[in-house]
Amino acid sequence: MASSNDLDIVNVTKRFGSHAAVEDVSFSVAPGEFFSILGPSGCGKTTLMRMIAGFEHPTSGDIRIRDRSMIGVPANRRPVNMVFQSLALFPMMSVGENVAYGMTCRGVGRAEADERAARMLERVGLNGFGHRQVTALSGGQRQRVAIARCLVLEPTLVLLDEPLGALDLKLREHMKIELKQLQGTFNTTFAYITHDQSEALVMSDRIAVMNGGRFEQIGSPRDLYHNPGTPFVASFVGETNRWRGAVSGAADRGLSVRLSSGVLAQGRGDAKTGDALCFVRPEAIALAAEAGALQILPNRFEGRVSAVLFDGANSSLLINAAGFDEPIRAVLPQAGPLAGITVGAPIHVGWTADAMKVFAA
Amino acid sequence: MTSARRLTLFLMMAPAILWLGLLIVLPHVEILILSFSERVAPRVYQFGFGNYLEFFTEPLYWRTFARTAIMSILVTAITLLLAFPIALYIARVARGRVKAMLLLLCLLPFWVSELVRTLGWMMLLRETGLISYLLRATGLATQPVELLYNDGAVILGLVYGGLLFMIVPLANALESLDPSVVEAGYDLGGSRATVLRRIVIPHAMPGIVAGSIIVFMLTVGNFATPVLLGGKNGLWFTEQIYAQFITRFNWPQGAAFGMLLLLLSSAIVWAGLRLTGQGLGTTLRQA
Amino acid sequence: MLTKRAGFKLATAFAALMVAGSAQAAEKLRLLTWADYAPADIVQQFTKETGIDVEITLSNNEEMISKLRATQGAGFDLVQPSQDRIAGPQAEFGIYKPLDLTKLKSDLFIASMLAATKKNTTIGGKVYGVPHIWGTDGLVVNTKAAPAVADYNDLCGAAVAGKASFRAKRPTLIAFAFANGMDPFAAYGDAKAYSALMDKVGAKLAECKKNVKFFWDGKDQLLNALRTGEVVAAMAWDTGGWKLNAENPEIKFVAPKSGALGWIDTFAIPAKGRNDDAAYKWINFNMRPEIAAKVAAAAGNFTASNGADKLMQGKLKDQFAESFPKAAIDNIKWYPAVPAGIEEIEGKVLDRLKAGS
Repeated sequence: MASSNDLDIVNVTKRFGSHAAVEDVSFSVAPGEFFSILGPSGCGKTTLMRMIAGFEHPTSGDIRIRDRSMIGVPANRRPVNMVFQSLALFPMMSVGENVAYGMTCRGVGRAEADERAARMLERVGLNGFGHRQVTALSGGQRQRVAIARCLVLEPTLVLLDEPLGALDLKLREHMKIELKQLQGTFNTTFAYITHDQSEALVMSDRIAVMNGGRFEQIGSPRDLYHNPGTPFVASFVGETNRWRGAVSGAADRGLSVRLSSGVLAQGRGDAKTGDALCFVRPEAIALAAEAGALQILPNRFEGRVSAVLFDGANSSLLINAAGFDEPIRAVLPQAGPLAGITVGAPIHVGWTADAMKVFAA
Repeated sequence: MTSARRLTLFLMMAPAILWLGLLIVLPHVEILILSFSERVAPRVYQFGFGNYLEFFTEPLYWRTFARTAIMSILVTAITLLLAFPIALYIARVARGRVKAMLLLLCLLPFWVSELVRTLGWMMLLRETGLISYLLRATGLATQPVELLYNDGAVILGLVYGGLLFMIVPLANALESLDPSVVEAGYDLGGSRATVLRRIVIPHAMPGIVAGSIIVFMLTVGNFATPVLLGGKNGLWFTEQIYAQFITRFNWPQGAAFGMLLLLLSSAIVWAGLRLTGQGLGTTLRQA
Repeated sequence: MLTKRAGFKLATAFAALMVAGSAQAAEKLRLLTWADYAPADIVQQFTKETGIDVEITLSNNEEMISKLRATQGAGFDLVQPSQDRIAGPQAEFGIYKPLDLTKLKSDLFIASMLAATKKNTTIGGKVYGVPHIWGTDGLVVNTKAAPAVADYNDLCGAAVAGKASFRAKRPTLIAFAFANGMDPFAAYGDAKAYSALMDKVGAKLAECKKNVKFFWDGKDQLLNALRTGEVVAAMAWDTGGWKLNAENPEIKFVAPKSGALGWIDTFAIPAKGRNDDAAYKWINFNMRPEIAAKVAAAAGNFTASNGADKLMQGKLKDQFAESFPKAAIDNIKWYPAVPAGIEEIEGKVLDRLKAGS
């Protein structure tokens, strides 16, 4: 069967002895797509990426690039290039030689390779850096060299293995945007792996969330954030409140859950009976100084502010409420009557049934 | 306070300075002075360059040196070729106990003296030795084969003696190579040969140069191995020095040869460094 | 930190130790000699009789002279160079001191040998050496494998190609000079003539080199090669030949047609020897016939001790008789004293021999 995808992973499994690092994973990446694999360390994402690059070989399954199987094709013959976590620039070569390296390996003449390398460096904003030593570059510049070195080969697919991990926060935020823009400019297919959900959410067209060697869910960032398919995705992608409880009965278009502390709450989900996990995003929690303001919400509780976690736009409040064994986390309003709220102040909280996702535990 | 600290520093440095001074500088100064004295009559010596002129005007001497130097370069090159894959294996493939075992194996021959090692080779290579016997036993030779007393035997013995001194700096240099840099070399389309030539070897260059200098200097200055394995043809320059000092009682001439050996082999090392574009500083750090 | 007091105490103790050390050294004879010239039982007997410890260092002619030269004659109390290697080095380096002949019992020596040695080792009217052990250089031949070898030149014959050996040292040059009709000893006094003569010898040896398995250096190395048959004919000392002959009658020591080379190892006292009395005691002790006979048996050579030959066992006598008919004895070429500068000429010829391939 013909495929119009750049990358098809078909039922790939990789075992090291009895341990399955990657288990029966399938997905496809369309041309021009920015596809991320998000998961905690040890989830198998690096193994998966190394199989695509050709440094590891799947125990079973197939890896197809532009519909051509890569099984048995060595790393240096695959139309795939990788940006390594450590960047792996060649310290024995200049910036220009680093970028020209791949072309000379493919038999491009020295002069032409140098010229194309220079043009590529110009496109990534490193005009005139060709003769510098790679050790003399800043972190961001090294990043761009590593990407330029791949892009100049016009690969079908660029693999990126947490390349922002070593950068400081500010630069990382900047490089997220820059990477996304570069990908857009070159219209190259990117497969990006990371354990940082923010990187994945900001840059990706689609994200696969990986855990324990398997894919939990594949979807757009919004989709994953708002409609997590599993408890793992719900807790791993984005901030969330998480409570344990048991489904006590069906309510109006949803479920009613009795939390372990005895309080009843309304939510939505597939769980019909038995133990359940409930998730509510902090930003979905409405706050009010008086109970009346939250009258229309099915879930309403009263509590006191136990902590104010100020972090600019990401600031939040922790609220102790009767019937919850863990404090409720809510977004700190930066404007309005509650902007100046302090620890100890009484407060009312509430959320809609739609905002609470209930999964069978 | 500062003077006390200066005193402490001086006291700490004293052993090193004494060692350098007494064991390295002083003898060389003495040899240097000796090398400029010419014998005019019994017990009468005068200052002159005759001993040095003798080296350049008597073809025997400079030819012996040239032969020694060329063979030493050859030995260094062979040692490098043999040591590289071993060092690569130790540094990049072997792990944990295997790695320690391998390094120990390389070190093992050095627990016995050079003389014993060389005698061991003589046992193996001589006409009535093991290899000759095996060749006959397997029908590869009909008569006893003499493998000793030729340049090949000398090179073999010297390479054997130099291997460790090449492997250690090489393995050190190769160990510091980030595995992902090698993977990047393949990933961007490099073949094994390309990765070796453009990434692994340039990275190992300081180790290669350090190992080569050590092996070359050890080889040029070796005495026992060429004497014992070389037999009738392998006159090594050190034998020339020995002969001047011991059998000819011509110390000034021997001293001049000694200085020339030092100067000329240093010049060859310097030329080697220039050719490979390596600085002595980086090389010494690697060693 | 060491206090001044403690430091002083340490220094005193150290000094005391040094004194004690040198006091003990006064009762010690430091002997620089050849292998087998001072067997353990002889040394024990000497110590028992005199109370003097003997400290032995083994060496050869060149190294003996070099060692003494390095210290200008210090470090040893008695040395044993060959008689031809005393006058030259003495003139050049002054490493020996004259012997006090009154302290030696001259009737213990074979008179003719003592006279010859004294003559060869006399400089400025002073005698520097007396004879101890003597022997010859000739041919050790495996008579079954190489029956035709009768002179030095036969080592270069096709019959022993690749299985011959000699030393790259001066006795070889002298031997091949005689074998090729030259008289090197007659040319000793004329450096130019000697140099020309040696060049001829060098050319002859260079031609011969293809026959040579290796230039032997240590006696054991050669004897082993002769035992295994790797070498079938060699120029070597008589003692080695007789030793092999005792193991394998086919291997014989042959006095070459052009003459065996006779050498005499001596007693000489280094210029800065510290215990001359002990040295004279050792010489007199060693020349006693019963002692000399034991030493000669251990070394496998002959002794200059008067009357020791009567005490020697039969085997060596028989071997000597077989190797040396009357004519061969008369034909032995005894080394005259080596004049200074001769080694330089020979050295270059030997270097060329070893270097050329």
